[in-house]
Order: sequence, then C-alpha cells, then structure tokens
Amino acid sequence: MEVEKMSAKKCADVVGRNSEQWFYSTKVKEHFFRPKNFLKSQAELKRLKPNGVGLVGSPACGDSMKFWLRIDPKTERIKKCRWSTYGCGSAIASTSALSVMLTEKGGMKIEKALKIRPQDILKRLGGLPARKIHCSVLGDKALKAAINDYFKNTGQLDRMTEQGKKVIDKVLGITDEDIEHAVLEGAKSFEEVQQKTKVGVHDKGCIPQVKELIHYYRKKHFGEE
Amino acid sequence: MDFSATTFVRPEVLKAMLPYFSKDFGNPGSLHSKGLKAKNAMDSARQKVAGILGAKSEEIIFTGSGTESINLAIKGVARALKRQGKGNHIITSKIEHHAVLDSCKFLEKSEGFETTFLKVDGKGMISLKEIEESIRPETILISIMYANNEIGTIEPIKEIAKIAKRHNVLFHTDACQAGFELDVNVQDLGVDLMTLNGSKIYGPKGMGMLFVKKGTPIEPIIHGGGQERGLRSGTENVPGIVGFAKALEICQRQKKKEARRQERLRDYFIKGLKARIDGLILNGHQTKRLPNNVNVSIMGIEGEAILLRLNEFGIFASSGSACTSHSLDPSHVVLATGASFEQAHGSLRFSLGLTTTKKDVDFVLAKLPKIVKELRQLSPVEFRHSGN
Repeated sequence: MEVEKMSAKKCADVVGRNSEQWFYSTKVKEHFFRPKNFLKSQAELKRLKPNGVGLVGSPACGDSMKFWLRIDPKTERIKKCRWSTYGCGSAIASTSALSVMLTEKGGMKIEKALKIRPQDILKRLGGLPARKIHCSVLGDKALKAAINDYFKNTGQLDRMTEQGKKVIDKVLGITDEDIEHAVLEGAKSFEEVQQKTKVGVHDKGCIPQVKELIHYYRKKHFGEE
Repeated sequence: MDFSATTFVRPEVLKAMLPYFSKDFGNPGSLHSKGLKAKNAMDSARQKVAGILGAKSEEIIFTGSGTESINLAIKGVARALKRQGKGNHIITSKIEHHAVLDSCKFLEKSEGFETTFLKVDGKGMISLKEIEESIRPETILISIMYANNEIGTIEPIKEIAKIAKRHNVLFHTDACQAGFELDVNVQDLGVDLMTLNGSKIYGPKGMGMLFVKKGTPIEPIIHGGGQERGLRSGTENVPGIVGFAKALEICQRQKKKEARRQERLRDYFIKGLKARIDGLILNGHQTKRLPNNVNVSIMGIEGEAILLRLNEFGIFASSGSACTSHSLDPSHVVLATGASFEQAHGSLRFSLGLTTTKKDVDFVLAKLPKIVKELRQLSPVEFRHSGN
C-alpha cells in the first residue's frame, strides 16, 4: 500500500530523487508543522507597523525569505517580527526558529541580532541532515537586510553598511565574510563552499570571484598555495 | 504513490524465485545435476522473455540493473563501432535517465566521442525532424527513452527506429518505465537494443535485461568467465532471472486491463487536482503519457515542503525540487521542457501502482489542497494564475 498511516519512526521523512532518505529532528518538525510568527495576512502588517523589512533570494533559487521587524528605537530591541518563506521544510523551520530567537525574553538587541550566524539557528533546531544545511543559510541574511532597512528608515546611514563586507552573490546577498566562514568550517573547493552557502547557484557571474576568494582564504588561514 | 521509483515484488514472482536461493542453488555453469537444474530454469526464463519480446533467446542478455544494461548498450556499441572506424557520434535527449546522460558524457570526456543532446518541446516530446537533422556520417548510435520516468511522456519509438534504420544507425531505447504497461515487442518497435529492469515491473531489484539484436556490434564492459554470450561475465543471478521473467510475463499479460484502469484513475486524479488547486500546471503530455504518471507543478511553494507534509498523512510522492537531490539544481527533465526554475522546484510526481485505488486518490485529493493553502500562506511568492 502506498497510502497508509505510518509512524514517523518507521519511515524516512523525505525520500529524495535518488532514493536517499533523510530524517528531521523533532524541533525541526515542530517549527515546520506549527510555524511561529509567520505573516498570516496583510491586515496583520497594519497592526505590526514594521520599521525594518528585508527580502532575500527568489523562488528560482529555491529559497526566498522576507522579514518584517518592529524594533523599539529606544531600547533597540526587536519587539515583534513576522516572516514569509518560500522553501523546503528546513528553510521554513529555520526561519520560524530564528523568529522565536529574536523575540523571546523581551526581544533581542539588534547589535546581537546582527551577529547571528546560520550555525546558531542550526543549534536551536537540534541540527539538520548534513545535506540540507545549505537550505537554512538565508534566514540571517534576510534578518540583516531588515535591520539595514531599519537603519535606513531611521536615518542611521552610518550603521547601515555591511562594514568591511562586500556582497559577492548579488541574488542571494552572500558576502565575502560568508565565504570566509565556509572556508574556516572546512570547505576546500568551490563545490563545498556552494553546498554550505548556495553561492553562485543563481548569480553565476560571481563564480570566478568566489573561486579566487576561496584560494585567498585558504592561503590566509591554512597557508595553502 | 511513488511506484515509478520502484515497485514491490509480486507474491507470484517471489514464489517462483524462492527455490533458486537455497534448494536449487546450482551454478548454471556447472556440469552436474544441480547446475543443470539451474541452467534449465535460466534457459526457460530466457525463452519466456524472448517470446514476450518477439526476440530470439540468444538476443536476451541478463544484467545486474537497468543502469548496467544502459551502460552496456551505449559503451559496448559505441566502442565496438569506433574500433571498426564507423564513427564517434551519439544522439540522445536532454531528458534521459542519468545512466544514459552520464555514459555519453563519460565517452565524450574520456574516449573522444561526441554527443548531441536533443531538446524536447513543452510536453517533453522529441522532434523526429530534429533527430533526422542531427544525424551525421559519423553517427553510430541513437539512444532515446521509451517513456520518461519523471513526467511520463511517451516518445515515438517506432518512428525513431525507422529513421535510424533509414540512415543505417543503431537504435537503443531505455524502456525501464515501459515494461509494465506498454508494448515491448522489439519487432513491432524496430529497435536494435532495448533495456528493461526488474524493479519497475513488480519483479526483483538488481535485475536488468538488455535485448541485443543478432549481428549488432557490441563489446562487454564487464570481463571474466564469459557468461551471457561473453557480454556479461559473472555467475548468473538465477533467482533474479526467474523472477524477472515471471514479472514480465504477468505484467504483459495484464497490461491492457491494468493500463486502462490506471489511465482512468490518472485522468480522474489530474482533473481533481486542477479543480481543487489554483496555479497548478500539468508537466508532460496530456495523452502520450504513462498510464501511472501524474506530474504537476504547484506554483508559489516548494516541492520538498509539500512532500514532508504529505508524508505526515502516509502519502509518498517525489519532487523535482533541488532540495530533494544532491545537486543544487532542480529536475533536468522539467527544466528541459522549458519550465521556469520555480516550476521545477514546485514539481510533484505521483506514480500510481497495482494497489492504488480510487479511495487512495480521493484521500490525496482531500489532503493536498489544504497543505497547499497552508504552505502558500507561509510563502512570500505571489503565484501567477496559469489559466489551466
């Protein structure tokens, strides 16, 4: 029988195109099946009065995320947030988990929020199947874009720039720092960096530059020629 | 509903196979009575298969998988003909299984062959005119699949065989998806080589078959004891061979009735999906389509997320989304039909099987629209109404 009730333990959560199987943690499933803080309607936006909005990715890349933030200008804490995500199970779950991290305990300070890395979200989710990690790398980018938008809206242009960082992949907003982090985490080739960051999937023009950067960072950190 | 990935082994097939695992375990190559018994079982299985295909026994080569048969057909024929100085050009299509695509790419990279990868139209159909136009004096082999495993499009195999014959080029077809419900008589089809496998016809996994028309130049890719007319060395998988023959026999005997049943179910399913879900596109051909294949793209949401939700209800399907494969690119087949990346990321394949009933289809029709609604609510993408 192909349609039957099965316990999650017995059967993989997803069987891929090459008959590979993978399982998600309970926390991932919780966020995927009961996502928190997602934008339910346009009317909700009116109540939220967001002062920072950020969008990265596109459905053509397989991932697209949008964040709406309500930041308290006095305390610089994120009081409320809403999000929308086009993507697979882990992309949706990681956006939901990030939204909880931002708004719990009275709201995260934006300085701290700017330091969130994909690994922090992964930790919160109890990990992801290794080959699904690249699906969770956009959350922090969308968040940064939204905070930058807040800086812009509040006239704090000096805080806005991605200081010292340069956007390499223009479609996904992946910076040289993201590539450096991927190298530091052990990615050796362009393919490995792409697996971690999705860099160059859509912005093919940046690939030669990415390869150069990988070479540069490998030399910088590991002394490789 | 993922029977195109693989099927279960029919009880009758399993029963036919069982004696050859331990009771009659002989090696068909041995001269004693145990060996002879195994040899007899294998010979009669080969005769049975040959009879169904309209071929001669010696034209049937058993292998370890559909992938192996394809590798043998393409590499074996290409190398033999190149050695004879006949040429180095192969024609295939962009929507073939990776066994075909990667064999051709390997020959290009390592052995000086050239391949033309033909495009397909929006429904996944290959143009006969383009095949004919891409034949060159040095063309030695055409390999086009009988029916596509992802979008179910059935290609005009007989017509392609005629073109190949007219230009004196050999023709191989990957018929792995066709063995269950379509006509696989090699004389009717006019093919020189044809691949079938056990795991798509309710037979055993690890069993493939290659029809090689008598007189076709071909070299082995596996060398050793010289089994299977020297084309596939290695002790024969007797239970597998017996099971494969039995599975093919039952499928082909019941194919008309079962194909009609599945076609009706398929069309009911597609109609139901279109009526219930906005922004849904049917991938593949409306009528020239495998009776068990339903492949649709749901705009505005991503395939893996849908699979994960369906799985909660015990519904198993597959997707062309990048997130369901190792690569970061979505399905090469859906993209080859000219679909957008978004359409490919949102593609879903349901493949019906022997045990799929109207009740199962109704269950999916009841659950899927709600899943789509919920996931679209999470998505920032405004899907475009496609006018279906």
